Amino acid sequence: MSVTADRSSVDSCLTAVFSFTAEELGGLRGLANLPNQVYRKSVKRGFEFTLMVVGESGLGKSTLINSLFLTDLYSKDYPGPSQRIKKTVQVEQSKVLIKEGGVQLTLTIVDTPGFGDAVDNSNCWQPVINYIDSKCEDFLNAESRVNRRSMPDNRVHCCLYFIAPSGHGLKPLDIEFMKRLHDKVNVIPLIAKADTLTPEECQLFKKQIMKEIQEHKIKIYEFPDTEDDEDNKLIRKIKEKMPLAVVGSNVVIEVNGKKVRGRQYPWGVAEVENGEHCDFTVLRNMLIRTHMQNLKDVTNNVHYENYRSKKLAAVTCNGVDNSKVKGQLTKSPLAQMEEERREHVMKMKKMEAEMEQVFEMKVKEKKQKLKDSEAELERRHEQMKRNLEAQYKELEEKRRVFEEEKINWEAQQKILEQQKLDASKSVSQWLQRVFTCKFKFNFSPLTCCI
Amino acid sequence: MSDIVPPEVKPKPAIPANTGPLVPPTSAIPVPVGSHSTAQSASGGSTLLGYIGIDTIIEQMRKKTMKAGFDFNIMVVGHSGLGKSTLLNTLFKSQVSRRNAGWPRDEKIPKTVEIKSVSHVIEEGGVKMKLTVVDTPGFGDQINNDNCWEPISKYINEQFEKFLKEEVNITRKKRIPDTRVHCCIYFIPPTGHSLRQLDIEFMKRLSHSVNIIPVIAKADTMTIEERQEFKQRVRKELETSGVEFYPQKEFDDDMEDKSDNDKIRETMPFAVVGSDKEYQVNGKRVLGRKTAWGIVEVENSNHCEFAKLRDFLIRSHLQDLKEVTHNIHYETYRAKRLNENGGLHPISSNGTQESNL
Repeated sequence: MSVTADRSSVDSCLTAVFSFTAEELGGLRGLANLPNQVYRKSVKRGFEFTLMVVGESGLGKSTLINSLFLTDLYSKDYPGPSQRIKKTVQVEQSKVLIKEGGVQLTLTIVDTPGFGDAVDNSNCWQPVINYIDSKCEDFLNAESRVNRRSMPDNRVHCCLYFIAPSGHGLKPLDIEFMKRLHDKVNVIPLIAKADTLTPEECQLFKKQIMKEIQEHKIKIYEFPDTEDDEDNKLIRKIKEKMPLAVVGSNVVIEVNGKKVRGRQYPWGVAEVENGEHCDFTVLRNMLIRTHMQNLKDVTNNVHYENYRSKKLAAVTCNGVDNSKVKGQLTKSPLAQMEEERREHVMKMKKMEAEMEQVFEMKVKEKKQKLKDSEAELERRHEQMKRNLEAQYKELEEKRRVFEEEKINWEAQQKILEQQKLDASKSVSQWLQRVFTCKFKFNFSPLTCCI
Repeated sequence: MSDIVPPEVKPKPAIPANTGPLVPPTSAIPVPVGSHSTAQSASGGSTLLGYIGIDTIIEQMRKKTMKAGFDFNIMVVGHSGLGKSTLLNTLFKSQVSRRNAGWPRDEKIPKTVEIKSVSHVIEEGGVKMKLTVVDTPGFGDQINNDNCWEPISKYINEQFEKFLKEEVNITRKKRIPDTRVHCCIYFIPPTGHSLRQLDIEFMKRLSHSVNIIPVIAKADTMTIEERQEFKQRVRKELETSGVEFYPQKEFDDDMEDKSDNDKIRETMPFAVVGSDKEYQVNGKRVLGRKTAWGIVEVENSNHCEFAKLRDFLIRSHLQDLKEVTHNIHYETYRAKRLNENGGLHPISSNGTQESNL
């Protein structure tokens, strides 16, 4: 879409810096022409800018984008994501080509519908973080390729965070989100729908928010100080107004004969471009006219480098747990070697200790085995001894029995012999008697009765 | 012989109604007994033969109520920063909110939903009202808002339980102190798109135990067209989710009620702006909010619908809110309680004895 705007632009910024009149050029060596050449080249190349808007639905993000770039990015035919009901947080991007004064800008708007809309919003920032990381990764890969002719820069250069105009302070969700994203992308907090607040309420609210931001150590985008004093004054004024309270509208209303963009209420018209009504013009000037390049630079030099070193450090230390590596981002190579050597030594020690352990274990085992076999042998020995004794006893028994028998037999023999003797004695006695008798009885030869 | 005109037995001539000095019973003129009155026959009733004085009962009731005073409990629910306290102050034209009752303005958002109630006695024209405001800080403010309606639901049921216990007592007080929540004002953030999931969940769950009046907070965020669109969308969403907000269609008694309530339902939810600061506008002092491009007048019906809400809430439906709470929500609770325990034993004294409640 091409835009013919009344004021604004990238164009005015560049021409202000690079305008030289022909006379000036004529008297110099021509070095001063260098910026002109850069200018021409860049204009031909065109610029890219990626802007992310985050906030709950109904805070006027789409309207603000439309008002900032004077286009109808989200119109009735293509309603913005907030008109559709989302159940989970999505990240959607839409590209728009804006041309003005010969300068071409490829603007990518990244929207996050569904953010903070559910009942349970834990981790609703995760899809956003993933998106930002994936874009940085794409750029890292493109940078590391061999053929780097076309390197599209899709990294998110700026994140506008919309704070609901409660008038009290930041919500826990706001604080969590900003804490997690302040070191990945330039975060610019805005107070949405600022026509809800009266000027006093707005001041109080801004003070409260800045206090809370400092309390939680959130690093929002800081405007850099320039050498120019006047610019510094402007920058200081902007810093006082942070966070900017904005109102968006593309509806043109007539006020006192003038045509202005604003919102029509029964009690008056809130003008978008009136500095007393809201800070929209400050935002627009800052974002587009003065600090767009700075935002890109900070993204490239700070946020992207952070991401890159984290990523590469995690890859180079092989075999080491990634979580340990995060602390070693800024070590010199010598220190790295030292570290590695120490690690190696530690490993060795560990291995030694392990081996010793194993050895001890084996020794113990062997001892145990030996003891076991010893015990076994003893047992067997005992058993054999017992066996032997048993046999011995048996034998003794048998022997005794045998002895007894022998004695008996001898005794018997003796008795037999005795008997025999007795028998022979008695016989001889008889004979004797007989003879004697005979003598006696010789007188009477016949009285012998036997 | 008939000189004497027989005395007319007819009743005294009826005085036509439009002269009746007795017609507005709310005036402080006591109705004289025996004066001529319109002997109007009620539909189906018999014609009165003289003035009896039944209509003085309204006056008697009035006197009694004035003496006793009455209490009204209102609960406000909505996440922080929607102007709840300011609206209450504006409604009752006095500093009734929690913030002014001595509690310092909360710097920190509480981690869980808390229930804080403050009571005030407001007097006007001899009528005393004990107003109790129940605030719910911490609702919808966390990152994870699951079940943030539970403390609120529990509180409402606890009040019903208290009343039930008193009622079931054997020796009960003549006038049971009524702490039941009569009305719950739910503040819808003015996103301009549609209701959030949290809003629908809350209203679905509580519309059966309490009268919910949804209200669009901080309505000066939206222009008139945006407001109309938003209201329509909100109404449609409430209808599709089956949320019955007060005045509920099913409790309309007769045609008159129905037509009145229909008109009100068409304009709900009211888009309100609250303010307790006064400014000069056209020589008058009005409540409003001063911005760089004009002053938002709170009571101007072209600017916002605060006046409508106030009339609806206080001037016409206050008593109805109490009645619906007592007759319908409380009875539903009571029936459920009695059915689930198979009957209640009356408690002898002060509820110290635990029956099988």
